[in-house]
Amino acid sequence: MSQEVSLRETYGQTLVELGRENPDIVVLDADLSRSTMTKFFAREFPGRFFDCGIAEQNMVGIAAGLAASGKLPFVSTFAVFAPGHCFDQIRMSIAQPKLNVKLVTTHSGISVGEDGTSHHSIEDLALIGSLPGFTVIVPADAIETAQAVRVAAACYGPFYIRLCRPKLPLVYTEDYRFNLGKAVTMRQGNDATIIAIGIMVIAALEAAENLKREGIDCRVLNISTLKPIDEAAIIEAAAETGAIITAEEHLEHGGLGSIVAQVLARHQPVPMEFVAIKDTYAKSGNASELLERYGLTAKDIEQGVRSAIARK
Amino acid sequence: MSLPEEGNLPSISDSVTTSANSVDAEVFSSSASEAEMEAIAKRLRRYIITMTGKAGSGHPGGSLSAVEILTTLYLRVLRHKPSDPQWADRDRFILSKGHAAPLLYATLAECGYFPVGELLTLRQMDSRLQGHTDRTVTPGVEMSAGALGQGLSFALGVALAGRLNSQHYRVYVLLGDGECDEGQVWEGAMAAAHFKVDNLVAIVDNNGQQIDGWNRDVMNLDPFPMKWQAFGWHVAEVDGHDLAQLIQTFDQAKLVKGQPTVIIAHTIKGKGVSFMENNPDFHGKAPNAEEVKIALKELE
Ligand SMILES: Cc1ncc(C[n+]2csc(CCOP(=O)(O)OP(=O)(O)O)c2C)c(N)n1
Repeated sequence: MSQEVSLRETYGQTLVELGRENPDIVVLDADLSRSTMTKFFAREFPGRFFDCGIAEQNMVGIAAGLAASGKLPFVSTFAVFAPGHCFDQIRMSIAQPKLNVKLVTTHSGISVGEDGTSHHSIEDLALIGSLPGFTVIVPADAIETAQAVRVAAACYGPFYIRLCRPKLPLVYTEDYRFNLGKAVTMRQGNDATIIAIGIMVIAALEAAENLKREGIDCRVLNISTLKPIDEAAIIEAAAETGAIITAEEHLEHGGLGSIVAQVLARHQPVPMEFVAIKDTYAKSGNASELLERYGLTAKDIEQGVRSAIARK
Repeated sequence: MSLPEEGNLPSISDSVTTSANSVDAEVFSSSASEAEMEAIAKRLRRYIITMTGKAGSGHPGGSLSAVEILTTLYLRVLRHKPSDPQWADRDRFILSKGHAAPLLYATLAECGYFPVGELLTLRQMDSRLQGHTDRTVTPGVEMSAGALGQGLSFALGVALAGRLNSQHYRVYVLLGDGECDEGQVWEGAMAAAHFKVDNLVAIVDNNGQQIDGWNRDVMNLDPFPMKWQAFGWHVAEVDGHDLAQLIQTFDQAKLVKGQPTVIIAHTIKGKGVSFMENNPDFHGKAPNAEEVKIALKELE
């Protein structure tokens, strides 16, 4: 397996680079800069960094005001606190007026681990994804993170970028170019397609490798832009492989699986399976124990592929 | 029950002296007399009654209570250009209590941001005058509001941007007293003092009422001025219907350095219409045709 790199650290370093290039970039955090890694930016640009204290609603409002006045704010905290703790502020102060605020959250999903239920962000994609005009990105590794952050800075409008706590193996090489709104075919195959985001991309690739030994030939898509979704890639995969399995570190309702199912229901219905957290909350544990307990491993994806293919 | 024809409306620009300096020729900094301002305040009240009456819904009570505050701001305090709402150096007025949209619209129309006749489209399909403020459609509206509690944070962001950009605009934000039940207001209060923004002035329309009744019965805010003081603000209290006091207080706020200022304006909800004054029924209910007639008579 390739080298493991922190998405958060990459985010923090990318912010510093962007800060050097663009004096309008400002960064806001809510007393978590040591964890979200906005601390790098704070150190280099203290005058353009605002620690808002443990007050996420106010932080989002300040960011909206800065954006309305021509600044380019990046706002960071844990995914569980934004959108969770300030949904209406994001809705009314950012989404409705379509302001140029970049929300980059870390510690998403259950791979946060031991902090437990209150800190597991498994609803954030449903919440943010419900807001008209938001672009939603879930990078699969550090290389994609750096590029997605740069693209967010370059494009006008509200963005949500969801990062995880653990370091992740690289799935891309340095020459990768993130293409907003486009799915990436990570592996070709004809029997079924696994569509994955975030930490589930690496699990999807592992599952495809294992299934090959059973003679099942899986395509793998990384659909890191969750919104706007790449409908064409989904429809093409369904038409060519006849079965779709989604994989995400999020509740089954309202995230990737729901979005893909809606596209397929309208354009290209095929058997589907959903690898996601069922209608429940997870507990404390280490990340790999939790991913196993709540059905987010390569094995779970393999099972999903078999059952979707059986219904072809 | 309609607004006077536009042609018959004495527009504010008649009572305004603009600077002779060509750069500032369009800058709206008025030296309207208090008598003229009083006449304008009365006209704004008539617009509020007429437009909410026509719309059949809306919030007259909390619009009427802040008429003198907005009259003072738009006629004597703000540097703004109705012909160029996006002018970079304009002073910003942010309406946090977005339900007072009828008052803001009336004031903006009076200043010439859009035709006074457009006020009659309030709350209608495809109107630029939405039920609560929407910065994406209405010229002169700085913030989309409606969910209470968010304006102070937004205003703080605008104030910080001004400081970062070395721009000299000032930021004014109007809150309701009931709105101050919201925790976010106090997050914003703490942060504004922490960041030492002295280009930010909050005004509280302290009419003592919210929807379910008097503040002290619904959720007691006392001791209100001391709360702001404890959060690190410079506090001023005024009679919010007294133009001379308001003018003086806004002038003095410009001299405060190193901390934000809050002006607690003591007002009467529904001010100017006898049956609306201190009557929570008219918080979010428009006057019917008969009530419009009586109210306009009182406001002659
Ligand atoms: C977050 C939120 N909760 C509830 C409401 C419904 N609401 C609209 S106006 C209002 C009362 C506001 O009272 P106050 O701020 O004192 O305004 P005023 O009396 O000056 O109109 C309420 C509860 C709202 N708009 N936003």
